[in-house]
Amino acid sequence: MSRHTIRFELNGATREVEVEADRLLLDVLRDETGLTGTKEGCRVGICGTCTVLVDGRPMTSCLFPAVHADGTAVRTIEGIAHDRELTPLQTAFIEHGGFQCGICTPGQIVSATALLETHPRPTDEQIREWMMGNLCRCTGYFGIVRAIQAAASA
Amino acid sequence: MSYELHRPRSLDEALALLERHEDAHVMAGATAMVLLMRQGLVRPERVVSLRDAGMSGIRREADGTLWIGATTTIRDAETSDAVRAHCAALAETFGRVATVRVRCQATIGGNLAHADPAQDPPPMLIAIGAEAELARAGGARRRIAVEDLLVDQFATAIDPGELLVGVRVPPPAPGTRATYVKFLPKTEDDYATVSVAAAVRVADGRIADARIALGSVGATAIRARKTEQALRGAAPQQIADAAAIVRDEIDAIDDLRGSAAYKREMARVWTERAVRSLMA
Repeated sequence: MSRHTIRFELNGATREVEVEADRLLLDVLRDETGLTGTKEGCRVGICGTCTVLVDGRPMTSCLFPAVHADGTAVRTIEGIAHDRELTPLQTAFIEHGGFQCGICTPGQIVSATALLETHPRPTDEQIREWMMGNLCRCTGYFGIVRAIQAAASA
Repeated sequence: MSYELHRPRSLDEALALLERHEDAHVMAGATAMVLLMRQGLVRPERVVSLRDAGMSGIRREADGTLWIGATTTIRDAETSDAVRAHCAALAETFGRVATVRVRCQATIGGNLAHADPAQDPPPMLIAIGAEAELARAGGARRRIAVEDLLVDQFATAIDPGELLVGVRVPPPAPGTRATYVKFLPKTEDDYATVSVAAAVRVADGRIADARIALGSVGATAIRARKTEQALRGAAPQQIADAAAIVRDEIDAIDDLRGSAAYKREMARVWTERAVRSLMA
């Protein structure tokens, strides 16, 4: 197994870690950098609870080789709020019942953050299409969609 | 999983590695490779990652051909103005792959080289006559029609030492319209029970030319040449009979998304719908 030194920006700060070739970004984030906000769900790329942003784009960190993060900017749920101040989107998730048990919430927030950065005024269809890769077993999704609509029109 | 990973910084470097190590596995976006390795279906000793090999990019060439570099993400192809201007149905097909998150990571070339018969782009690429371009060290290149590239489930005509470097889409014949439809009885991000790509040219109210390809109903994406033949010259009221031929052209097996018999019927229904939508 080859080992590789990777350098990337993690929530604005430069990190350098040495990883084995098959190490996944999800595991590096949780085990090496201590950022456990990114959750492991299905580990097969379906559920979206491990979503992080790599250079602003949503990625499935359980399918993302850590070596591919070399030279990129990675944002996790810990990097969404500014100075511990929740974003309008995070506040909207609280106000509109966008979560219940909470396990999928980091992935939902990270995905929806990328959605609003890509489409600041998304249509309902765009919201549903973008968010369909983030599964939630509690809310029935209506609260999540309402929260994103509210944040977009705030 | 325990492998030696190479991270070539150029196409030439990648090709040299593949010449030296013919058993090496190639990884682009890694969505499929990580899953295959986790399931133990692939146990590579050596992996060449194309992440930094500079093989992405989309351009229209002087002769009107659209070029999509192999490591272009499906998302970049879906949102590319050049792809949409060349063939809107192709851009829309890329937009139907899995979820936006997967499309941001998975690549055009990786998708083709993976050769999963349930994927969305292959039927459309076949219907619009796309070719894959293969390269090897020393400068040799060859082109192969996508329908010939896909030889079996998870098997392609890419030879050892060769690398898929991009996809070429010829300019569509004037008046050609295309569409991609998929039958998803479960969820939007699921693989289809059957999918149909159709490219049709209509003249004087009849079908002047047609190319049809289907996904999820055989070991590869399948081009339905007999159906195409029956469609040529067909008036709208003859489409149903022509579409019925597709039942015997596919090679469906029972799977979680439908029995073989059901898939044959759905192939007929969705082929007819796809062609009719292009006549409207």
